[in-house]
Amino acid sequence: MSRIIVDKAIVECDAPILRVGEDGSFPAVPASGLVFVSLPQYLAQKAELTARGDVGVWFAPADEPEVLGDEAAGLAYIAVEFPAFTDGRGFSIGRLLRERYGFTGQLRAFGDVFKDTLNYLARCGFNAFVVRADKDIEDAVKGIDDFTEFYQSAVGQPQPLFRRR
Amino acid sequence: MYIYDEYDQKIVDQRVAQYRDQTRRYLAGELTDDEFRPLRLQNGLYIQRHAPMLRVAIPYGNLTSRQVRKLAELAAKYDKGYVHFTTRQNVQYNWPALENVPEMLAELASVQMHAIQTSGNCIRNTTSDQFAGVAYDEIVDPRPWCEIIRQWSTFHPEFAHLPRKFKIAVNGAKEDRAAIMVHDIGITVKLNAAGQVGFEIYVGGGLGRTPMIGDLIKPWLEPEHLLTYLDAVLRVYNRYGRRDNKYKARIKILVKAMTPEAFAAKVEQEWAHLKSGPQTLTDEEIARNHRFFTAPAYETLQGDDPSFLAAIEASPAFSRWVDRNVFAHKVPGYAAVTLSLKKHGVPPGDATVEQLEAVAELADRFSFGELRVSHGQNLILADVKESELFALWEEAKRIGFATPNIGLLTDLICCPGGDFCSLANAKSIPVAKAIQERFDELDYLFDLGEIDVNISGCINACGHHHIGNIGILGVDKNNAEFYQITLGGRQGADAQIGKVIGPSFAQEEMADVMSKIIQVFVENREADERFIDTFDRIGADPFKNKVYEGKPAGKAKKEVEA
Ligand code: SF4
Repeated sequence: MSRIIVDKAIVECDAPILRVGEDGSFPAVPASGLVFVSLPQYLAQKAELTARGDVGVWFAPADEPEVLGDEAAGLAYIAVEFPAFTDGRGFSIGRLLRERYGFTGQLRAFGDVFKDTLNYLARCGFNAFVVRADKDIEDAVKGIDDFTEFYQSAVGQPQPLFRRR
Repeated sequence: MYIYDEYDQKIVDQRVAQYRDQTRRYLAGELTDDEFRPLRLQNGLYIQRHAPMLRVAIPYGNLTSRQVRKLAELAAKYDKGYVHFTTRQNVQYNWPALENVPEMLAELASVQMHAIQTSGNCIRNTTSDQFAGVAYDEIVDPRPWCEIIRQWSTFHPEFAHLPRKFKIAVNGAKEDRAAIMVHDIGITVKLNAAGQVGFEIYVGGGLGRTPMIGDLIKPWLEPEHLLTYLDAVLRVYNRYGRRDNKYKARIKILVKAMTPEAFAAKVEQEWAHLKSGPQTLTDEEIARNHRFFTAPAYETLQGDDPSFLAAIEASPAFSRWVDRNVFAHKVPGYAAVTLSLKKHGVPPGDATVEQLEAVAELADRFSFGELRVSHGQNLILADVKESELFALWEEAKRIGFATPNIGLLTDLICCPGGDFCSLANAKSIPVAKAIQERFDELDYLFDLGEIDVNISGCINACGHHHIGNIGILGVDKNNAEFYQITLGGRQGADAQIGKVIGPSFAQEEMADVMSKIIQVFVENREADERFIDTFDRIGADPFKNKVYEGKPAGKAKKEVEA
């Protein structure tokens, strides 16, 4: 079992990420267990997938939360891929899902995820982190609290410092 | 001057702890070079040609004498006894050891300084007018707004990994001394007919490989909406700016690709969601930031101090310095003084430990203990009594900071170049030195009047060569260092990008080339015309013909100039 961080705790989770095939075909979705399908697959197979339950949707950096819109609020799991930790588009995706489209389920970051971006990710609404396998997850979890005071409005603390100081 | 409270201090202290841990993990092999690079850059640490280089932020150029003493102390303790002031109101250490940087940051934090976001693909230090708050031509003091932007941009969680670096500059005076038109976002603080404060927002200016002047996308923004609007601009850029090619990743490329109109519309669309949200500034927050930038305890003076006027009469050298280095203050009897860091034979923008300590003394004695750093790489004492200018001049001479060349040809702006910077194609400091040596006759320099010369060691344009009246760019030609010349650039409200005049020159030719350019200017100059005005009147051809005389390849061709 792989270990991931959820709400600052280390838990076991092996939810697969299903990718669209090179030929554009959608992979088969396992009958049970948490699984993440790509945004295009979710949009194409919405009816069956929501009936199955336990289905999460994952976003690539260029995917637009606007496509899902308020439907996001009805989902329990969304994941966002960070192909490189320096690709900051996922930060905007997180905030849009949380702040604009009312998503309250688990928001998971996967890909090039390790200690040094967890604080930013958490502030953009992520509460689950699939830390890279070669990194120390016990150490990484501490990164969430690298900073405990912030100037800006963000998820978790919508009031900017100037409204609190 | 903004003073940290416990919140600001806590944020900076937590950064020191975070960076200490990152350095430890890097040295322990837990972070690879590729992982550590973006992290250290966001903390101002470059790995340079000879050693790391640490860039420390001087928010919108404001410093206290206590901070200057700390900068000096660090230069003595961790570096080779000097610092370098940059064109973006930052200060650089050229020789720190990587493992000492966390300690340097801890010491900086003890005087409310940091190196946060001084490099990397994030929002950089906000820059402004070095005469903010004192300039005779000021409409609105930009500093409280700069501070509001500083806080908003510091560890903004959504914009920590942008497609590319992002620079914001703010101007509140008639003359734009902050070069806002060549920033990713340029902000003019202004007053409307009813006397209310608001902003003009320009986006997509910048130098580098594809120099561009910013486009006005918001002619009037009410103050309370400043941050939500900036959030909207940055979000559009973060989501849609190119990430596939670092040379096309700046916001200017996105603005151009979308057209400024479409970009502005996209921002409006995004802003509609954010406007009036929690990030909307409160009256209390605006007032709180203004309270840090009130006028110091000025004496009530008449102006035209008799002893000052007498000293001008008596000493031509003092009078020349006053002409060049003393700037009109909005309060009668006071003046703002530029201490020149462009003494001949010294790399432009460098200051030694002894000079820094002496300058801190001068600030305490003459200017309420505060200093400014200018975009032109000089230091400013912003609040000096006219009656004390002569005494200050004598002190400044003693420490080598009284060269009366502000705005003149030898007040050149110059990046560290190939002597220090690993990205350089060519050295820039020796070219600056050669030009300063060639034009070291003060009377002649004075007669030539205002000429902006800017030198960059590569296309990254840290020396802002595109907006120099005479721009010099280091290029690589078959592994040799060559220099390309641009003419006609300028900064300010009518900012323009200079045009390349032709093939590049070898380093040893540069002083002669400069002499020829100046000769053409002098021969064609009418009355006291500035270089740039003569250039506008006669065009580039006379200059080309002169510098490429006997060099067939470069002869000006009339039809080439559009
Ligand atoms: S312009 Fe080039 S050489 Fe000069 S400091 Fe910038 S990156 Fe280095």
